Amino acid sequence: MIRFDNVVKRFSDRVVLGGVSFDVADGGTTVLLGRSGSGKSVLLKHVVGLLSPDDGAVLVDDRRVADLDEDGLAGLRREIGYVFQFAALFDSLTCRENLELALRRRVTDPGEIDRRIDDALTMVRLPDVAGRYPAELSGGMRKRVGIARAVVMRPRYILWDEPTTGLDPVTTATMDEMMLQVRRELGVTSLVVTHDLSSAFKIADRLVLLHEGTIRAQGTPDEMRANPDPVVRQFIEGRPE
Amino acid sequence: MTSASPFSRFVTGIGANTRAATRAISDVEAWAPQVVTQMARLGVASIPIALFIAVFTGVVLALLASYIFTGAVPLYFVGALVGKAIMMELGPVLTGMALAGRVGANIAAEIGTMKVTEQVDALETLAWDPRSYLVVPRVVAATLMFPVVTAFAIGVGVVSGWITSVNLLDLSTVEFEKGLRVFYQFKDVWFGLLKSASFGFAVALIGCRHGLATHGGAEGVGRQTTRAVAEGCMAILVLDAFWAVVLL
Repeated sequence: MIRFDNVVKRFSDRVVLGGVSFDVADGGTTVLLGRSGSGKSVLLKHVVGLLSPDDGAVLVDDRRVADLDEDGLAGLRREIGYVFQFAALFDSLTCRENLELALRRRVTDPGEIDRRIDDALTMVRLPDVAGRYPAELSGGMRKRVGIARAVVMRPRYILWDEPTTGLDPVTTATMDEMMLQVRRELGVTSLVVTHDLSSAFKIADRLVLLHEGTIRAQGTPDEMRANPDPVVRQFIEGRPE
Repeated sequence: MTSASPFSRFVTGIGANTRAATRAISDVEAWAPQVVTQMARLGVASIPIALFIAVFTGVVLALLASYIFTGAVPLYFVGALVGKAIMMELGPVLTGMALAGRVGANIAAEIGTMKVTEQVDALETLAWDPRSYLVVPRVVAATLMFPVVTAFAIGVGVVSGWITSVNLLDLSTVEFEKGLRVFYQFKDVWFGLLKSASFGFAVALIGCRHGLATHGGAEGVGRQTTRAVAEGCMAILVLDAFWAVVLL
């Protein structure tokens, strides 16, 4: 389980997270909603130790991420797949080499590495791109290879940073289906950051709304739809200020 | 509280990166497979620009020596001045400066772009230390390849000075060679190559430091690249003086 315990984060004098607390239950998909710049991606980076809280703690299976030494952090990161907003594939490596890099410290058998890479690329419906460089792919394809790079490690958790931002409706629907497939086939726990409501309601077991650095509301999709809070209503209905 | 001066930040930054790189060196699996690739990219690809500079340095040095020595010193001293100056100073320093621009900018821009496109974060989430994977292979490659490129530049510079002396000055090959041999010491060569290795180390480390400190998109990449080149050139001049004080 991932637990955010009163997480506070400031950049210079600006408070981005002002005491955020919630849990991500094992085996489920929790979607973190919020307006652009509300600190959703910042929160995600705390889980893998890319950022450390100024106050409070992030715990993964009862391990305080900020207290882990380099070996502990490396061990934690081997259990977590991270899908970046713009895929963050390594330009200088082919798609296969990108996936291979993710596996090199986890799997030693070359046959097993090849098998896993083929399975991951097949899962994201891109079995033929292994030898191509990221620059030769469309934005949607790059995101799917990014997903393959995360699932190829067979992680316990996957963190998704804006997986559908900037995609056309058909590719967005494909990405949603892919997230559900990953959960179904691999049984991973997912924490998804997005402001795409249609996608969020389709994939989430639980929704959390981050507003001005704090948790404004959380609940199941049905509970969130019925929430009378004006901020929640405004966000769900997409009304201007 | 007073903020640190740019110089102390520079020194602190170099020190922190050096310590981090030292720690990262132990992760051989991460950096060793990339060293040869980086040696080709940073070193072999830099040979043409280094040789171009060396050719014209040799020409100018021969003409300058002739201008200074005519009527005062036997002209075969042209060979001595060309050899000594290129081996000990101009070869390493001018090559280092050219490579500070090419290699320093290349490293800072590449790593800086990786930083702003979250590729460095991605590397960390895959449990690779960016210092082991990105910094160490570049620093090792530059430290090994700067002397190689400098050796080529020294050779070409001396040959260029000899051809200039024979064709444009009233000097024979025998006289030029005599001047070259009279004052030659093995130290002339290793002094220049040792310096150039230290230049490679500093230029690569500074490029990596600025690359990893990049933020703010394309503008940030441009800013950090410029800083890497400027600081790389400064480091070369400082190291040049340091080695002169220590070894001469």
